[in-house]
Amino acid sequence: MPTPLSPEPQTLDRRAFLKTGAAGGAALLIGFHIPARASDPAQEQEKPPINPLNAWVKITPDNHVTLIMAKSEMGQGIMTALPMILAEELCLDWKQVTIEQAPTNPKIYDHGTGGSGSVGGSWLPLRQAGAAAREMLIAAAAKKWEVGADTCKAQNGYVVHGHPERSYSYGQLVADAALLPIPNFKEVPLKNSRDFTIVGVGTHRVDGAAKATGTAMYGIDARPAGLQYAVIARCPVFYGKVASFDATKAKAVPGVRDVFQIETSGRGASTTGGIAVVADNSWAAIQGRKALEVKWEEGAAASESSEELRKQFVANAAKSGGVIRNEGDADAALAAASNKVEAVYELPFAAHVCMEPMNCTVHIEADRAEAWVPTQAPQWAQAVISEASKLPPEKVIVHTTQMGGGFGRRYQADFVMEAAQVAKKTGKPVMVVWTREDDMHHDFYRPASYHKCQGVVDKAGNLAAWKHFQTSTSIAAKWSPKGEEDNGQGEFGTGATVPYKSPNLRIEYTLAHSSAPRAWWRSVEHSSSGFVVESFVDELAASAGQDALEFRLKLLGDPRKLPQFGQDPDAPPLDTARLVAVLKLAAEKAGWGKPLPDGEGRGIAGFFSFDTYTAAVAEVSVKSRELKVKRLVCTVDCGRVVNPNGVRAQVESAAIYALTATLKNAITVERGRIVQSNFNDYQMIRMKEAPPIEVHLVASEEKPTGIGEPTVPVIAPALCNAIFNATRNRKQDVRIQRLPIRAEDLA
Amino acid sequence: MAITFTLNGKAQTVDVSPDMPLLWVLRDTLNMTGTKFGCGMALCGACTVHINGEATRSCITPISSVSGKKITTIEGLSADGSHPVQKAWIEEDVPQCGYCQSGQIMSAVALLAKKPKPTDADIDDAMSGNICRCGTYQRIRKAIHRAAGSPAEKA
Repeated sequence: MPTPLSPEPQTLDRRAFLKTGAAGGAALLIGFHIPARASDPAQEQEKPPINPLNAWVKITPDNHVTLIMAKSEMGQGIMTALPMILAEELCLDWKQVTIEQAPTNPKIYDHGTGGSGSVGGSWLPLRQAGAAAREMLIAAAAKKWEVGADTCKAQNGYVVHGHPERSYSYGQLVADAALLPIPNFKEVPLKNSRDFTIVGVGTHRVDGAAKATGTAMYGIDARPAGLQYAVIARCPVFYGKVASFDATKAKAVPGVRDVFQIETSGRGASTTGGIAVVADNSWAAIQGRKALEVKWEEGAAASESSEELRKQFVANAAKSGGVIRNEGDADAALAAASNKVEAVYELPFAAHVCMEPMNCTVHIEADRAEAWVPTQAPQWAQAVISEASKLPPEKVIVHTTQMGGGFGRRYQADFVMEAAQVAKKTGKPVMVVWTREDDMHHDFYRPASYHKCQGVVDKAGNLAAWKHFQTSTSIAAKWSPKGEEDNGQGEFGTGATVPYKSPNLRIEYTLAHSSAPRAWWRSVEHSSSGFVVESFVDELAASAGQDALEFRLKLLGDPRKLPQFGQDPDAPPLDTARLVAVLKLAAEKAGWGKPLPDGEGRGIAGFFSFDTYTAAVAEVSVKSRELKVKRLVCTVDCGRVVNPNGVRAQVESAAIYALTATLKNAITVERGRIVQSNFNDYQMIRMKEAPPIEVHLVASEEKPTGIGEPTVPVIAPALCNAIFNATRNRKQDVRIQRLPIRAEDLA
Repeated sequence: MAITFTLNGKAQTVDVSPDMPLLWVLRDTLNMTGTKFGCGMALCGACTVHINGEATRSCITPISSVSGKKITTIEGLSADGSHPVQKAWIEEDVPQCGYCQSGQIMSAVALLAKKPKPTDADIDDAMSGNICRCGTYQRIRKAIHRAAGSPAEKA
């Protein structure tokens, strides 16, 4: 638990504070600030920071260092990577440091984990905090020895001096160091990267043992004394309501303790609430819900379907969209060309499907509340419980647990809202458990989208026109305070920062209407933009009779730095040289151009997202209608790599996540409800289908950038382009233009 | 109804509804949360335990059916993560979110008990009932080969 900070901390930089004399003896405690993620509409409704601190370095007399951070671990490995950064700059023995999850505190703002931003956002603040502590410890030792600080050095948790060498452990120095002023974070000397001994070295996960022994505690494992379990019957139709219910049979199920209606509302809700069945255990609650009789008022969404949505898409695509970006005159260039290429791409809704179904445990008492929440947004969880309980936020403690997957789903607070409503009624600790069916039926889905692309390649092999029209059920329309008025740059992401040079470029967008809740799904809009842009450039290459790699390299041309279209002006530009490098590396490692047997092919794709450059080469065989993914070669330039082992794991993970979306099922809507319900009709890639994945990292001195998501966008296009190359010698080649790939699309 | 079985080497009696699945008895009645709920339909393998040595999906196993049987859960493999399969999992850094890994490990241990030197095809067959949404399959394969003391067949 972070110690509350003294009211008048010694301040040099507003963001660096010091506290000494923690209970139980002296400790050196430095508080600092780490940004949550880039701008995020869900956070706009939250209050401005009361206190800018959200991370602490604590060094105790036992020579142990604790990094206390408000970052959530959902498998992405930040509980390992973040202390590595601190340990490097603070010159620690890796075994000396542990990381602790900060609980919410109204004074701690800016909890949040998403947008592949943890390592990039923490890199500089963690280094500065580590360097500040290191300089203070060195100064304390120098004072004790009465020598110049520049004659002392820090190594492996000790400050050492002279010949023969003498030393103090950091623990021995904390009492003295805590009396010294904190160096200004902006001026504190940072280590030269040539001297790094921890950053850049493959390191085992710190939570590996807990997760291999079943002792890691997830949200669903919370067991406060007296815990009851609840499930909720929700209207299957988006935002339908309870008309009436009869709890008689549900209450007759052994173990069921109570049945009552709850209501949820607001932008964070995925439903209007439902009927809660509270029981002694999860099973009894599930059985009680089966016995429950509910009549639903299905509402307006009951007429919605995927088929109807597709009709909207087609109708929208027949007209012009709102202009997002326009340079030159693409329409004129397209009209004048005899060799125009046109393609339509379609992507469905996608569900997150975290292995740990949604759950939330809340205990609301008269004067306090406590919650155990697997959440990427603890501060939002706290606000929701505060609102439900009418308790001030400082009376609501949220424990962020380990998460069995997040992928953006756990940036939501709908599951917290429900649990808070149930807990308010029972007054006892209660866990609302979601079944897998609940999880699939009431997700916030990756938007469905429909894209019409048109392009022209001139006689010299250059792009003469690029036009990309998209219509989708946007996230912005669901979340922006402006609602459907806000097209949110039309969901192109970096797909609007087209790196391929074209004098005529036009990007248009039209919103399609749907009641299906939408939100951030691993790699967000890049999952569709990557597929569309990298499939279409491949089609253009083929139409011009060019090699897919050579064509891309030619269009990328000489190194250029392109501002990220529609993004903050200080967002790092797309550096085409770095995109070229990952493409070339993938091609080289995959043996691009080397012959393959008949019916086999390679495909390539490269993309820029989350400030990271990724490429992939897929190798497939297509025999009649049977597709086999034989190999994936993935390359990444995510700036300086903190933990190569963790980065590789994230690339492997993103590749499999994307393969599932490419090869398995769509989320579809019929009569206003989600059709798919469990792993039988929404299947996942399994062991026997998982191809070997090779990961190659580009060595870089640049600032670290995102890694959890950016491999997702390149997998589908690399695979579909490989299918094209595998079928080129046939009477009819195969261009996959809708995901997921269906057997009938392979012939 | 009182049902008695052996749980991780010790006699255990529970008094619950006979059709209550073993999964929920472990998790909610006995507070042994290492075994996970993933789908409730034996589709994902997160709930895998051993019943008389056989890898079994506890989410569809009524408690009445385990009377007198020997059950091993992830907690029973070793007290300290020293089981060779657990060690291999840690060494290969298999877990990411880790939620499915109790089930993966229980399936892998059952496989190795039958086939101490499994081939890739054996691994495909034994492990394809266990879903990992983080996509750790490649590392699971390597960890099983490592635990078997044999070099990996493919990357």
